[in-house]
Amino acid sequence: MAQTLFEKVWNSHLVKPQTAETPAVLYIDLHLVHEVTSPQAFTLLRERGLKVRRPDKTLATMDHSTPTTPRNLDGIIPVTDQQAAFQLDFLTKNCQEFGIPLYALGTENQGIVHVIGPEQGLTQPGMTIVCGDSHTSTHGAFGALAFGIGTSEVGHVLATQTLLQSKPKTMAIRVDGTLQPGVTAKDIILAIIAKIGVGGGTGYVLEYMGSAIRALSMEGRMTICNMSIEGGARAGMIAPDDTTYDYIAGRTYAPKGADWDRAVAQWRTLPTDPEATFDAEVVLDGDALIPMITYGTNPGMGMKITDRVPDPDHLGDVSQKIALDKALRYMDLQPGQSLLGKAVNVVFVGSCTNSRITDLREAARMIEGQRVAEGVRMMVVPGSQRVKAQAEAEGLDQIFRAAGAEWREAGCSMCIAMNGDQLQPGEYAVSTSNRNFEGRQGKGGRTFLASPLTAVATAINGVITDPRELLERV
Amino acid sequence: MEAFSAVQGRTVALPINDIDTDQIIPARYLKVTDKDGLGSACFSDWRYNADGSPKPEFPLNQTAYQGAQVLIAGHNFGCGSSREHAPWALMGAGFKAVISTYFADIFKNNALKNGLLPVVVDADTQQQLISLAQEDPTSEVSIDLASQTLTLPDGRAITFPIDPFSKYCLLNGVDQLGFLLGLENEIQSYEVDHRDRINTLAVS
Ligand code: SF4
Repeated sequence: MAQTLFEKVWNSHLVKPQTAETPAVLYIDLHLVHEVTSPQAFTLLRERGLKVRRPDKTLATMDHSTPTTPRNLDGIIPVTDQQAAFQLDFLTKNCQEFGIPLYALGTENQGIVHVIGPEQGLTQPGMTIVCGDSHTSTHGAFGALAFGIGTSEVGHVLATQTLLQSKPKTMAIRVDGTLQPGVTAKDIILAIIAKIGVGGGTGYVLEYMGSAIRALSMEGRMTICNMSIEGGARAGMIAPDDTTYDYIAGRTYAPKGADWDRAVAQWRTLPTDPEATFDAEVVLDGDALIPMITYGTNPGMGMKITDRVPDPDHLGDVSQKIALDKALRYMDLQPGQSLLGKAVNVVFVGSCTNSRITDLREAARMIEGQRVAEGVRMMVVPGSQRVKAQAEAEGLDQIFRAAGAEWREAGCSMCIAMNGDQLQPGEYAVSTSNRNFEGRQGKGGRTFLASPLTAVATAINGVITDPRELLERV
Repeated sequence: MEAFSAVQGRTVALPINDIDTDQIIPARYLKVTDKDGLGSACFSDWRYNADGSPKPEFPLNQTAYQGAQVLIAGHNFGCGSSREHAPWALMGAGFKAVISTYFADIFKNNALKNGLLPVVVDADTQQQLISLAQEDPTSEVSIDLASQTLTLPDGRAITFPIDPFSKYCLLNGVDQLGFLLGLENEIQSYEVDHRDRINTLAVS
């Protein structure tokens, strides 16, 4: 029977199929671990005298609460927050005790959990990948089934390498056409979420398809799959193709030699069969896309950058009207207002959505020879130590510094504001990250989500700017 | 996990759509290594002023709602991150159940694994419950898991859905890890049948 990409991966990982009484038991090929959502799971293992079943399929990193401030003279990144330091030490101890490889703070492979998996070649087509983090959906860009889990489930996977799952429905998201200059993968996904809403994908696994998706680099595909969760979907997937294989080839954990040929032959069987059907379908016109920006307090409250902030009074649904009212009050914006020209305090380029080398290259190209506007703080936070090293080898750090931007150590940083990198109450930021929830980037802080190009254009002008205006510089 | 069978108690309403996990518990409280003590951080940014004093207008701070065990929320409750700290914080704040028209997927899973019951109702019932909570904070609802029934103060009984496995685990206080550990033979034979695609220890 014809199957979708999701169904092929799902079916090949069933330890036990779903029954009327129990959910399916799914085998997990790769489990990524970080300091924030794992401590209580390791404690559970200790309490019950359990081992980590497959430390060889498990990898830990430090990213969420780690400082991104400069190294000291010994090359160490000091952790001054005592609670964070304790949590990081606890992860080190847990990894030592249970035999899990760890990319510790400041070491050459450390970075945001969703950046390092692909970077190491660990993320491969057809795999099941989980992590105690909702943006695990990122790895779906390789044709893997990848999703976020809670800490109890982290414990389940550590102990058994399996997970109880009820089978999700499938949704095809088709984006055909050619993106105009200045329009990026980030704009595609912000447009999709604005269309389906923050709950629109709940219960579904999304598969992104169409010529605009196929034309994207792996980094762009990761940006798209990363934000699947912002539409409520646990996972987003893109069928693997030559772009995928070229990206993986030669990476540390990529299959080599005859193994590689076998792997690619198997990966080529994964794409959705032509006759397969989906439970739902959404279509977006790639030709018509322009840069997007959010105006509200969830990623679904997004619009074309040239549009005006919507009016709550024009919404038919009362609860939606209340939500928009509340969001605009928090953001201190007026219905009908244009965001273009709105002054911002901070520009953040980073996060698992947009902190890979291609994001930094694009950003650097636009800011080269320019200055960050007076009074604006621009932070550039590479997604991993490897991205940082690569960017430095290409001189991108010099371009950012010369423009007056901060060049930081790798980590989640101001995406989640757990590590001291944060907005002050009332401040406005344009961020390349994925969440504009109230207080997400610091208590009282206000976030506009946008692409790296829009972020940089805004940093240069000091006010929200359509990046297409500055395109001749790129 | 403790068994869950029923709850009878007062309600408090937060009739806001898309309440995300960053509101339920802001990220700065996630630097803990255990599950306890998160109740005071629940809805922290909505609940307290910058100086730490409680905001009198926020329902959870009002005397009438102290001890409420059932939270009535707007549509799509718990969207955002996978942090299990969200149900831990809600339970720490005294909640046993949350009623909404719709729950975000990971939140629902996390809640069920901790004995916090997500109860899905239709929009009219939700609206009725919100009005009740706001007009008469002393009114109580009762939720019986075995019969999957929510009973309103006026006696109206409504059935709510729950997947049979979660229901079984909650009613019997069975944790799901125990179930998976019991599948050792199946897991082993899966591993034998499927060649390893990955070995993180081989190279690092
Ligand atoms: S960068 Fe942000 S969204 Fe990504 S893993 Fe870190 S905190 Fe989560």
